[in-house]
Amino acid sequence: MAETGARTAVMLSQTARIDLLVVADMVAPKTRVLDVGCGDGTLLRLLAEERGVDARGIELSQSGVNDCVAKGLSVIQGDADADLADYPDDAFDYVILSQTLQATRRPRQVLEHMLRIGHHAIVSFPNFGHWRIRAQIAVQGRMPVTKSLSASWYETPNIHFCTIRDFIGLVDEIGAKTERSIALDRQGRPLSFSAPWWVLNLIGDQAVFELSRKK
Amino acid sequence: MDAGVDLKPFQIAYQTYGTLNAAKSNAILLCHALTGDQHVANVHPITGKPGWWEVMVGPGKPIDTDRYFVIASNVVGGCMGTTGPASTNPATGRAWSIDLPLVTIRDMVRAQAMLIDHLGIETLFAVIGGSMGGMQVLQWAASYPERVFTAMPIATAAKHSSQNIAFHEVGRQSVMADPEWRGGRYLDAGVSPTKGLAVARMAAHITYLSEEALQRKFGRKLQGRDAPTFSFDADFQIENYLRYQGNSFVDRFDANSYLYVTRACDYFDLAEDYGGSLAAAFKGSKTRFCVVSFDSDWLYPTSASRAIVHALNAAAASVSFVEIDTDRGHDAFLLNVPEFIATTRGFLEAAARARGIPMPSGKGG
Repeated sequence: MAETGARTAVMLSQTARIDLLVVADMVAPKTRVLDVGCGDGTLLRLLAEERGVDARGIELSQSGVNDCVAKGLSVIQGDADADLADYPDDAFDYVILSQTLQATRRPRQVLEHMLRIGHHAIVSFPNFGHWRIRAQIAVQGRMPVTKSLSASWYETPNIHFCTIRDFIGLVDEIGAKTERSIALDRQGRPLSFSAPWWVLNLIGDQAVFELSRKK
Repeated sequence: MDAGVDLKPFQIAYQTYGTLNAAKSNAILLCHALTGDQHVANVHPITGKPGWWEVMVGPGKPIDTDRYFVIASNVVGGCMGTTGPASTNPATGRAWSIDLPLVTIRDMVRAQAMLIDHLGIETLFAVIGGSMGGMQVLQWAASYPERVFTAMPIATAAKHSSQNIAFHEVGRQSVMADPEWRGGRYLDAGVSPTKGLAVARMAAHITYLSEEALQRKFGRKLQGRDAPTFSFDADFQIENYLRYQGNSFVDRFDANSYLYVTRACDYFDLAEDYGGSLAAAFKGSKTRFCVVSFDSDWLYPTSASRAIVHALNAAAASVSFVEIDTDRGHDAFLLNVPEFIATTRGFLEAAARARGIPMPSGKGG
């Protein structure tokens, strides 16, 4: 049994998206985590198996929930916009929103709920300020289709795009504190050098923020 | 009993499948719905039909009798061997009839707990049930949290809605309006209010289906004729179908039992026992819950399941929730709905791993 467990964990690290590993890295071991929009549960499983985290999830798609439940994860079918309101204050150490913010109807309320339910909120999102996106709009005059935003405008689930700079603005507005922030390249690897935000806003394909409530 | 009296002696009828392991860690209690019974996965002795959950229970099925020890009991107030209104009242030597104290869901669960004690089982691996069975699952999880490792309440509610009570009242009034009911004493007279009970069943049966499924199956099709007869015969297929459902029901079910079990559901309000807070019923629970609803179930709609999930969240319990997409209505939990079956299999397998219940031999591991 132990052997199987170890093998699963290794396979997970090899197949998990690098950006998920970046998110997982921000989570302290043995904590309580709620992953909002947990998909097929890859991140939840990574957290549960490698970090001993008490992992819970919310997922919109039935196939995603079924995948997760079959893996033994505690996942609820539901939607970030409607269901976060039902969770009590301080129920989790971390609430994670990985590549889902842009698909919510009310990103601001979702963020506020995350910071109410969890002591920390970790948010990853595609950066609409990336130069390729700016270039596609500027040159072609069309909504961009890139690797991390692969659907055409009329069939994308994403309705609220933002740039890194926009996100920082929202964080300020809701009075949250940025604990850590990392910009990722097109492969999902962290950009290792430090640069001013306007540079990262140009070259970052995605960003991951860890937020907490301002004291 | 909640009615404030002791029911003793009482009898409980049950059926088991599979083998209890040495650690006594693989027992699953299945709770039946309103008019179900203990014949879950064997030919029914009265109807000669397959058990009510053969789609789910058996060797290699999600509730795998090669792996788990499955217990199914008949509820108190029922009529398949457990003490109910048709049983003999030792004080009078006659049938209890409606002198039997009213039974609650909690009474049913108390009796089941006594059965589980009798079988020498400390902790149940799982308690699973749909509809009224789901209410028993919730009551088990609230009353005996340390004895329930996993709980699957399916297509159910933590309290009966006004609409639920209304439908049940129609059924009860139909039974009681039958002249053969005789104030509940029909057994003494050697008769039975079959007409009233059949009508009650017909009305209830409509609530178990969805409009869409009814339309798909029957539409306005005529039964065995090309044109309406211009009479009150069963011209339409749906009429014929309901008459059949009603008539076959009276062969296997006791009319007074129907009154008792519907009343037990109506009285059910789990939150009420915990100061009005459903979350309080599950406070500190270590049980792993999997709540399931069906999107076309209008009797116990998804909103009722969500209320349970919200309470479990508020209690910080471990909970999964799946709403299954199907047009088959409330009865979907009894039917072959592949996504529901796959969910149950996956959830139970993961829970079995967590509890250290080995795979049955010869199936790898």
